Amino acid sequence: MKTAFFASAAVIALAAFGTTGAFAQSRDTIQIAGSSTVLPFASIVAEEFSAAFPEFKTPVVGSGGTGGGLKQFCEGVGENTIDIANASRQIKDAEREVCTTNGVTDIREVQFGFDGIVFASAASGADFALTPLQVYKAIAAKVVVDGALVDNPYKTWNEIDASLPNQPISLAIPASNHGTREVFQEKVVTAGFKEAGAPEGLSEDEIKAAETTFRQDVVIEISGDYTETLARLNSDPNTVGVFGLSFYEQNTDSLKVATVNGVTPSKETVADGEYPVSRPLFFYVKGQHIGTIPGIEDYVQFFLSEGVSGEGGILEAAGLIPQPADKTAEVLASFEAGAAQ
Amino acid sequence: MATDIQTSSSASADRRKLVRSGLRRRHLNEQIFRGLGIAAIALALGFVALLFVDVFRKGIPAFIQSNVHLAVTYDPAVIDVGPAPARADFASEAEFNAASLKWQREVALLNWNTIVEASLRKALPEGYEITSRELLAIPETNARHAIREKFVSDPSLLGQTVEVDVLASANTANWVKGNIDRSLGDTQQQLSAPTRGLIDIFEENGTITNGFAWSIFTNVDSRSAPASAGLLGAFVGTLWMMLIVVVLAVPIGVAAAIYLEEFAPKSRLTDLIEVNINNLAAVPSIVFGLLGAAVFINWFHLPISAPLVGGLVLTLMTLPTIIIATRGALMGVSPALRQAALGMGASKTQMVFHHVLPVTFPSILTATILGVAHALGETAPLLLIGMKAFVASVPATPLDQAAALPVQIYLWQGNENRNFFEPRTAAAIMVLLGVMILLNGVAIYLRSRLEKRA
Repeated sequence: MKTAFFASAAVIALAAFGTTGAFAQSRDTIQIAGSSTVLPFASIVAEEFSAAFPEFKTPVVGSGGTGGGLKQFCEGVGENTIDIANASRQIKDAEREVCTTNGVTDIREVQFGFDGIVFASAASGADFALTPLQVYKAIAAKVVVDGALVDNPYKTWNEIDASLPNQPISLAIPASNHGTREVFQEKVVTAGFKEAGAPEGLSEDEIKAAETTFRQDVVIEISGDYTETLARLNSDPNTVGVFGLSFYEQNTDSLKVATVNGVTPSKETVADGEYPVSRPLFFYVKGQHIGTIPGIEDYVQFFLSEGVSGEGGILEAAGLIPQPADKTAEVLASFEAGAAQ
Repeated sequence: MATDIQTSSSASADRRKLVRSGLRRRHLNEQIFRGLGIAAIALALGFVALLFVDVFRKGIPAFIQSNVHLAVTYDPAVIDVGPAPARADFASEAEFNAASLKWQREVALLNWNTIVEASLRKALPEGYEITSRELLAIPETNARHAIREKFVSDPSLLGQTVEVDVLASANTANWVKGNIDRSLGDTQQQLSAPTRGLIDIFEENGTITNGFAWSIFTNVDSRSAPASAGLLGAFVGTLWMMLIVVVLAVPIGVAAAIYLEEFAPKSRLTDLIEVNINNLAAVPSIVFGLLGAAVFINWFHLPISAPLVGGLVLTLMTLPTIIIATRGALMGVSPALRQAALGMGASKTQMVFHHVLPVTFPSILTATILGVAHALGETAPLLLIGMKAFVASVPATPLDQAAALPVQIYLWQGNENRNFFEPRTAAAIMVLLGVMILLNGVAIYLRSRLEKRA
């Protein structure tokens, strides 16, 4: 029994020693986190990257939403911070400031393609043909009636517009940790508010409040992935959900997409700008980690190569809308120019 | 006297009547209670059965995978690279490694899809019209890697034709297994009409076959080739964590319990410690996750997503359970045993380690295994220390990035290809349940064995 006790004591000591040994070992795997919209693309690139570059380990890709990823990204420089943050919107000034305070000064932005944001309902439900104005009227806490802001009176979609189905208003939108939320706010709700004709004499704060305050009884904020939104739709077929175009395209059997301003979302209509609700996709590279963590530059070059994110590349097959080749060349050039500094 | 008897007999009759009337009520009460007990058991078992039936119904199809049987020709016109470098041509190992890496890179950048497509076209019925994109939707996207790896390991295959089994894509598998409604129209289907027709033909002529999905156990997670996604990486990650939990929690927990129970003076301080240990056992696991992220990652600078950190956090979580169980077991040992040992002149340490501890072994072992089983299924703290990342490799050491079984379930549950990953998720749950049942079985077996011996 005594020997067993001493043996365990030795094991504890050894484990503690092993732990301290960790400081000396350097990380050789690229660590990525962020937007759940970018996650599928980044994961595919990670896998293909390790197939094409046998000398590097497969990069590790985490989620957490654009905001969560950039928060981790800006925590500092060093092996226990991530190297790349995926983002479905541009980095905010406030986030840049946090980065700078923590010593992350070399932030390189890489834009690699586009994604559309779609409204979809359960495949068994009614057809929707929406406009930003109608969506604004459906979810805002106060709407404009006869030039004045009043509490939102609409209960069913057809009260907003006779062309819409007679079913209760219910919308599942991404919560604020998602970059998608920002695009939804800007391209749909704010656009709808402008169209509604804001009453005269409102201060800037009042306008902002009118744009961003939603009715909590009909709006469901989803902080998880699109699968959570899909589960909501399955449990309540009256709900209309906000999804990424690529998610919708992989689940066409259970979802029915709504048109916006009469345009059906598809790769083509998003690419040529006809479909109004789209956004560029990014990832941010921590320049200070280049050279410390092996393979970052190769990963970026591989990501932007034509066979990966270009037209007909593997990411297009997974639902990415490629950007023009000259834009990619420009992005790559500015990434590499950052490297020369 | 007579009146006395009379009154007493009437009193006893009254009493009997009272008892009898009360008896009916008491019997009724007992019956109601029994009924409630049985109903509670039936309800609990019913829910468990419902859960199991649902998981198994969804999960069992995931253990069958569709394979595409191809006759692959390594066409020298496509594979336009020089011969593989031979070790003999190079002075040093390093030079040879550099040259073979360069060669592998060249091979990797070839368009292997041309070869996959050519071998699929060979299997086409005559005159079947299909575009190359529609055709390449049938095998999984990693078919080209499988074919390439075969060539890299044996470059003499150049110009030859070999039979290769590759995985069918997730959408093909959905169609074959009926995971997607076959009656839906073209716009709602993932695969085009020619592709679906061809899959049916391939299934009939034996090009597509179904077999047991060993890949679930032998592959790591994958997003670029979802049909090949497996649990190996997550399983090894979980194994590392459990190893750390057992190595750290058992000695620390048992030692702490022995000291507190046998040696520590009974004072206000030890009372406080005891209360706090009980409190710790009730702390929600997510709090341990936050603590782990703050202490181990931000302060100790341990790597994120590593089983080492996961193991440490789960150790903290399991410790109170083991301490409480061990103390309980020590408390249960009869004082006669201690007094006898001390009476024979044994020291306190000898008494504890030679006589008391061996008796408590079965309980400590059971507590440990149950604690580990609990830690095995824990997800919340792992999410907070970055273990929900997508990791496509097997962790070689506890410092490598890894996933864990319950986290893998969470990740698959969130995958975009719902039709394919819903069964996969259920299959992963089945594997996790299997490991837990195994652990609990071992606990019961060891307990009964050791108790018999003691």
